[in-house]
Amino acid sequence: MQKITRDALLDRAISLLSDGTVNSVLGWQKGEFDYDVTPHIFKTEEELKEGFVWNDFCYSNFSKYLVAKTDRIEGKLLVFLKPCDTYSFNQLLTEHRFDREKVYAVGVSCEGMVDVNKLKAKVDGISCVECVEGGLKVTTIYDDEAVFVDAKDVLLERCLNCKSKKHVAYDELIGEEGDVIDSARFDEVAALEAMTPDQRFAFWQKELSKCIRCNACRDACPACTCETCVFNNPNSGVENKAPVNSFEEQMFHIIRAYHVAGRCTDCGECSRVCPQNIPLHLLNRKFIKEMNECYGEYQAGEEVGMRAPLVNYTTEDLEPGEVFDRRGEDA
Amino acid sequence: MLKCSLDKMNLVFAEIAKANTLYLPTDQNDGSAKFTKWEEGSVWSNALNTVRSPKDFFFPQTEDLMEFKVEGRNIELTDIRKESEDFVIFGVRACDVKSFEILDRVFLVDPVDSFYASRREHGVIVALACTKPSETCFCTTFDIDCTNPAGDISVWKTETELFWQANTEKGEKLLASISALTEDGDVAEVDAQKEKTASIMKKLPLADLTTDGFGAGKTMELFNDPAWDEMSQTCLGCGTCTFVCPTCQCYDIKDFDTGNGIIRYRCWDSCMYSEFTKMAHGNNRLTQKERFRQRFMHKLVYYPENNNGLYSCVGCGRCLAKCPISMNIAKVMKKIGGEKK
Amino acid sequence: MQVKEYKPLIVAFCCNWCSYAGADLAGNNRLNYPADVKIIRVPCSCRVNPMFILRAFQRGADGVILCGCHPGDCHYTSGNYYTRRRMAMLFSMLDYLGIERERTRVEWVSAAEGAKFAATMNDFVEKVTALGENKRLEDLRCKR
Repeated sequence: MQKITRDALLDRAISLLSDGTVNSVLGWQKGEFDYDVTPHIFKTEEELKEGFVWNDFCYSNFSKYLVAKTDRIEGKLLVFLKPCDTYSFNQLLTEHRFDREKVYAVGVSCEGMVDVNKLKAKVDGISCVECVEGGLKVTTIYDDEAVFVDAKDVLLERCLNCKSKKHVAYDELIGEEGDVIDSARFDEVAALEAMTPDQRFAFWQKELSKCIRCNACRDACPACTCETCVFNNPNSGVENKAPVNSFEEQMFHIIRAYHVAGRCTDCGECSRVCPQNIPLHLLNRKFIKEMNECYGEYQAGEEVGMRAPLVNYTTEDLEPGEVFDRRGEDA
Repeated sequence: MLKCSLDKMNLVFAEIAKANTLYLPTDQNDGSAKFTKWEEGSVWSNALNTVRSPKDFFFPQTEDLMEFKVEGRNIELTDIRKESEDFVIFGVRACDVKSFEILDRVFLVDPVDSFYASRREHGVIVALACTKPSETCFCTTFDIDCTNPAGDISVWKTETELFWQANTEKGEKLLASISALTEDGDVAEVDAQKEKTASIMKKLPLADLTTDGFGAGKTMELFNDPAWDEMSQTCLGCGTCTFVCPTCQCYDIKDFDTGNGIIRYRCWDSCMYSEFTKMAHGNNRLTQKERFRQRFMHKLVYYPENNNGLYSCVGCGRCLAKCPISMNIAKVMKKIGGEKK
Repeated sequence: MQVKEYKPLIVAFCCNWCSYAGADLAGNNRLNYPADVKIIRVPCSCRVNPMFILRAFQRGADGVILCGCHPGDCHYTSGNYYTRRRMAMLFSMLDYLGIERERTRVEWVSAAEGAKFAATMNDFVEKVTALGENKRLEDLRCKR
């Protein structure tokens, strides 16, 4: 599916490494199978040639790694950023979470990434995946015949509802610059809003009860960069390691989503990493949608230095009660 | 060996459920499988395995241990333990059955964990032989034969029938309770099925993964391997691998102040967390590298050291499938053990 | 068995500079409002973070009301403007999760509005009583 080839990225990485512009490369490393790509910091040309990959499984958002990986390093780190990753990149810069001088950002245009869970639900026992035009050619360990899987059926939710193919930050760009897309990403939120409170409650109880509190949603989130999370701090009074009951589940997920409200770029990592497939993006998007409607359109990370809605105000803001009235529902 | 037709499974489940609470894997609407309580209408999943491991039945993610009230200098303790009910877990795979043995060696040695022991006593495990192992499977690495699962009862599934064999007294008792629904079966059919599975096993991409280079006595050799730095550098520090793992058994005991008393409870902990084994002086593993190393050294070196060479990984492949960055035990074994050969 | 009359537990976060004094005035003027309202004094409505609201529910509150200075009158210039956005978003999320929207409220009550304070509390308690016990955002451990 990807239009940019691995070689294009590899050549650029090698030349930037050899001319001394950067001294390490944050990229994707091939795994045991064709789909289990791991983020990796490459130090040498040999390492890159051997392990660097760029394919339909390079879904990881590297922006968050910059916080830890650029701290106290010598020289520059090359980072590859897909369009959605660049929003997180800008948002972290806005919050002064890493040093821009230590990063050389290479934007890569992206055709959408594959959700491995969706792929595995379609095909058992994958032995080989070939990325082809419009989808994937998959071979299994059970027989030799390859099956074609349409991209539309296996794309990550965030890619199906891609909000932008435009890179909002980079030092150089590989591939073509895209545009902001008028996506249907709020449709699911609107559908939930249209339900009765009882239906919504039942929906969320079912989803949140699946939570195993592995914290993957938080740890993968480029907006969650507190040094000690309130849920890890024994002095906070809410520290917990397990979803003890439904209240704990609600509490964790409300606070997680709330804490990134206005800073969440809707990169979709939370939903991707959830081992229990909880649609966490629906919580984040609710906040985004609500803030867009109440306080004007706002896309976190669009530019460096923007003021997020929750750290801003106007004297004419809606009252909390009016937020409900606005939708014309009866209380 | 006994057999019954797959068409009759609902009757079998209903019969078992009369005297026991029955759990079996069912399909969830997101395409994954999960052990759920059997009710009329439950459909037994065809999935290879569940996302959450069946260790939950013996070692739940959270459980209350006791309550107490403090008034002045008096402490009033309440034992809130409930008697376990008899239950049957149907469809446990060979790897997960093995995980119970690994947990037993932690919880049933002196001092015995009576909460765990009580559940083990009341639980009957019906183990299901694999017919379609997946690319993430590597149970053979740990000498587990997925075509011959242990458990109280072993069952084999063919196209149309299910074959039953009791391995323990508990198993025989359960099998006797459904005797009206079973008849004598031919071992040859089961053997043919085993053959088929074994031929797939040979083709698995991880079939050549070995434990060479790991095991008891390897601590000093492996501890300072530079590869730990490299492999852990992008670890997010989430607890996914430990929470989906059937053999991870670390837990924390915490107090919850309800406002009118204290509930002391236990919950799973993860060595990937920064506050794991935190003590008064602080934490003894300060970086993610140390935490990452702890997990794999525990499974592949420390545990075998204390348990006659038994590894505490069963090759179920859950962490391979669920790690957000796809870093897992297979990669670690290849990198750290493999390169030394 | 005698059926116990249901009395809701209401937590009211009151700004030190206005609503708290408003409550005082209501008392001085002998205005009635239910004793089910437990007041927590805060230096500014802006001090209340979403966790406070959730924790109040966890500890057994059936309704939580936040009272601050009228917009424009904040002792710290702009605290209540932030409160307004913050709580609007939180309440909207609670509603999204299916939790009854009548259980939460923000009201602006000045130090001179003793009557408004009493009326607001009476009305809020009445609404929450009608809803009954908080079942959707409760922590059963705290009710043992």
